[in-house]
Amino acid sequence: MAEEVKLFRTWSSRYSLRIVWALKLKGIEYETIFEDLTNKSPSLLQYNPIHGKVPVLVHDGKPVCESLVILEYVDDTWKHNPLLPQDPYEKSMARFWANFGDDKLMKSIWQLFIAHEKDQDVAAVAALENLKIVEEQLKGKKFFHGETIGYLDLAFGWIANLVSIIEEIMSLKLVDGERFPHLSSWIQNFMDAPVIRDCWPPRDKMIIKYQVGREKHLAAATPK
Amino acid sequence: MAASDVKLLGARPSPFVNRVQFALNLKSIDHEFIPQNLAEKSELLLKSNPVHKKVPVLIHGDQPISESLVIVQYIDEVWSGPPSLLPSDPYDRATARFWAAYIDEKWFPLVRDLRNATDEQSKAAAVEKLFEGLKLLEDAFVNSSKGKGFFGGEKLGFLDIVLGCYLGWVRAGEIFTGLKILDETKTPALVGWAERFASHKAVDGVIPEPEELVNLIKKFQARAAAAADASSK
Repeated sequence: MAEEVKLFRTWSSRYSLRIVWALKLKGIEYETIFEDLTNKSPSLLQYNPIHGKVPVLVHDGKPVCESLVILEYVDDTWKHNPLLPQDPYEKSMARFWANFGDDKLMKSIWQLFIAHEKDQDVAAVAALENLKIVEEQLKGKKFFHGETIGYLDLAFGWIANLVSIIEEIMSLKLVDGERFPHLSSWIQNFMDAPVIRDCWPPRDKMIIKYQVGREKHLAAATPK
Repeated sequence: MAASDVKLLGARPSPFVNRVQFALNLKSIDHEFIPQNLAEKSELLLKSNPVHKKVPVLIHGDQPISESLVIVQYIDEVWSGPPSLLPSDPYDRATARFWAAYIDEKWFPLVRDLRNATDEQSKAAAVEKLFEGLKLLEDAFVNSSKGKGFFGGEKLGFLDIVLGCYLGWVRAGEIFTGLKILDETKTPALVGWAERFASHKAVDGVIPEPEELVNLIKKFQARAAAAADASSK
């Protein structure tokens, strides 16, 4: 029976990219629906009524929402080329670190990105502390789970692309090779991996998008 | 497995700790509960959860696992015999995980807002938002339970644990504000579920009495007020 797999995404969504990579790693054919989040399609609102966000994976008409939930669903459904470790403890660690990446690391980097100049130093301390924690996790490993790309690499994949974009916009270096040798290597390995390499959104478009977003935040937060 | 092989670092009023206790009870896992003083964190806690320094932490053998949802899934996977906590079907599992994320990230913060509300207007506004969330959870319950008594169907499962751990705080919020949160005229299925959940043997005795939690709310608010006073001097 032919399966029908659809992915609702935007061109730039870092959460959607996780699913693009996962489906590619598993060799799953699917249809892509690009959304404009300023003008959401009725289908998106029907499939994700609670949040109205991307990504949404629709498998044989049934929607799955929230990128980390979708990753586990993909892994549970298509069991070849497993993304998560088999061992329950290793699996727990993967889930723990994915949560850390989204709840703590991403938030602290975002806070730095939208900070006014006077607040940047303090914001940078938090971001660097969290990056150091990730650096520790990569010691002795090419990818988070070892030699091949897995769940945690997909969960942290946004770092490989977004950090350098933020660095360019802010004219600062966050992940330098001296302080973060393992993270820097991982970024290089991940960026260049055949399955990952061709999926990055156009860099020039990303720079513009993030620059505009930053200016909006800074303007909104400026004390009058 | 000896009780000393499984330790739970926790604090009784924490709903996140309670979740893990439900899971351990449901699976009949012998364990040692090591109460933690969160105002003065122990060496063991700091060593076992250096990243967040929070409870609950499950220590299995010598391996610590943190984050309540991660711990509950770990328990289900290691002690994989019945009862299963997560559904076996991948789509049902994804649905359960989706609602768990919604409950923790969107719904429970509304309960906290209620706890912090000091005047009648903000209390009423907080309760209104809670109702909106509960309507969604009412639908989720109807779909998930498939006509049976729990989110997990006939037996208590993952989503029952994820939502059920907050029932003490919900009840405390009702007492504290004098407003109804779980209202049988608005979310009848959830009201029925809450009663069944609270009387389940794996749950009995785990969640502190609402009065104890009301006292904690009063303490939080008093401390917050004192801190605000001190900083405005």
